[in-house]
Amino acid sequence: MIENPGAPVLELPVADSSDPRRMVLNMGPQHPATHGVLRLVVEIDGEVITSVRPEIGYLHTGIEKTCEAKFYQQVVPLTDRVNYLDPLSNNLCYCLAVEKLLDLEIPERAQWIRVLLTELSRLNSHLIWLGTHAMDIGALTVFLYTFREREEILRLFEAVAGQRMMTSYFRIGGLAMEPPLGFFDRVRAFMHILPEKIDEYSNLLTANPIFMNRLKGVGYLSAADAVALGVTGPPLRASGVDIDLRRDMPYSSYEKFQFNVPISTVGDTWARYEVRLVEMRESIKIIQQALDGMPSGPVKADAPKVVLPDREKMKTEMEALIHHFKIVTEGFDVPAGEVYQGIECGHGQMGYYVVSDGTAKPYRVHMRYPSFATLQALEVMCKGGLIADLVAVVGSIDIVLGEIDR
Amino acid sequence: MPQAPTLSGREVVLGAMPQHPAVQAILNWNSAALDHAKFDFGELTFTIDPTQIRAACVAVKDAGYNFFEDMTAVDWFPASPRFQLSYHILSHAYKERIRLRVLLDEPSPHLDPSVDSITPVWPGANFYEREVFDLFGIHFAGHPDLRRILMPDDWKGYPLRKDYPVEGYR
Repeated sequence: MIENPGAPVLELPVADSSDPRRMVLNMGPQHPATHGVLRLVVEIDGEVITSVRPEIGYLHTGIEKTCEAKFYQQVVPLTDRVNYLDPLSNNLCYCLAVEKLLDLEIPERAQWIRVLLTELSRLNSHLIWLGTHAMDIGALTVFLYTFREREEILRLFEAVAGQRMMTSYFRIGGLAMEPPLGFFDRVRAFMHILPEKIDEYSNLLTANPIFMNRLKGVGYLSAADAVALGVTGPPLRASGVDIDLRRDMPYSSYEKFQFNVPISTVGDTWARYEVRLVEMRESIKIIQQALDGMPSGPVKADAPKVVLPDREKMKTEMEALIHHFKIVTEGFDVPAGEVYQGIECGHGQMGYYVVSDGTAKPYRVHMRYPSFATLQALEVMCKGGLIADLVAVVGSIDIVLGEIDR
Repeated sequence: MPQAPTLSGREVVLGAMPQHPAVQAILNWNSAALDHAKFDFGELTFTIDPTQIRAACVAVKDAGYNFFEDMTAVDWFPASPRFQLSYHILSHAYKERIRLRVLLDEPSPHLDPSVDSITPVWPGANFYEREVFDLFGIHFAGHPDLRRILMPDDWKGYPLRKDYPVEGYR
């Protein structure tokens, strides 16, 4: 056992009795507006925030340690559970990283279906953000509306993967299987009604004077601070930094899609709301392009030692049966090396750093999740603001504690 | 994915990519601090002298690699040097990522290794260094708030080290 040489522990700031206006407030970890188990140690002077310290780790499950004990293909279901609101982006990022190590060529159809589904997953993430953010502000109706549309997305996930939230549909080397009959028609029908629904949310919120007053001019984050603190995704673009990995460092054939990257230079909570709302409309555009141009062909790479064979083949061909047995019982060796794969998920830049020592189990899997870095910017956004605005700012950075604590 | 050829070794990489902005930045700064370089899987990696990591970060930051994206450690137990720190730095201008690596050894079996914190260069490294301290027991000199971040404050041991069992001590 290793001795821990005395890590300093958190000392709660004590209120100074000579200044009766100063107060230390503990928000969370069971506060409904902290979206999980985030604890904020807030110091206030009257109603003005003087410091915010996020205390995290209440949801730490040691997923990175667990990954080291699993075969490469067994890690895919673990990744869903990290950011459970954007499951397919997690699958995609991990699979791309391992595929880079294996030097696998993924068939075009699989890449396009991956794009289609990660965009649906982004919509899922943004719909939950919009509903809960509006609910935190006090607009309860929007929550019911967005969850109605989210339900349809979850049904689509269920149709394609058999699971509503923990999809694990992307596999190393392609997809688990071909999507079911009629799946693309269902997606097309949903994409037909969704723009109207987004107009509906927008009608409820964009010109709503209460919502506007709560968000405009609140939680300002400058572009320089955002870059210095590692903020990514919609909060970074709302501060005026024009970077989106889908367009700038394309992966999984994103370079074949036309879409705009919305940015705003205002940098407040309202700008983050506007950017995400436009992003939802851009996602619909990407999905429609994917539906229109969907290539035909296989959905799994031609790599019998990595990708499980079809059931039919496995039952009729000796070689396929041997490969199936080998992959399931002892995994597949991945060449030694280290790779980092970054993608743009709903919250910002996600990254998987996978280190292989040449065996069938990853030597180290590190997950970079956007909320973890964005949380560092919370103090900058809230300092000098009112305590009542803290909830609006926390909602606007769209945190998921599962991905912060891992 | 067609991949670029693999290059390994300090002189090979420096010779093959003399025009690369990151290579130029490192050479102009202090080429003696560059222990090793490689280019594989389309990713450029520089192994930096552990005492020079903060200065190396300043050098690449000035060369346009402006965004600190990720940082973590790898435990190569029982090999020596035992720990590897990997910093992933993104350039918004070049749309490209580089990796800086530092190899660290334990000074003695009961003493934790230490390295300079890069929070003066990128404040966003704060939580990442706390995480590495928490899970690997690597200390960062000059870090403003080096406390455990994910594990409880009174936890004993460093869970992501390879000599720490997956299910914890019983």
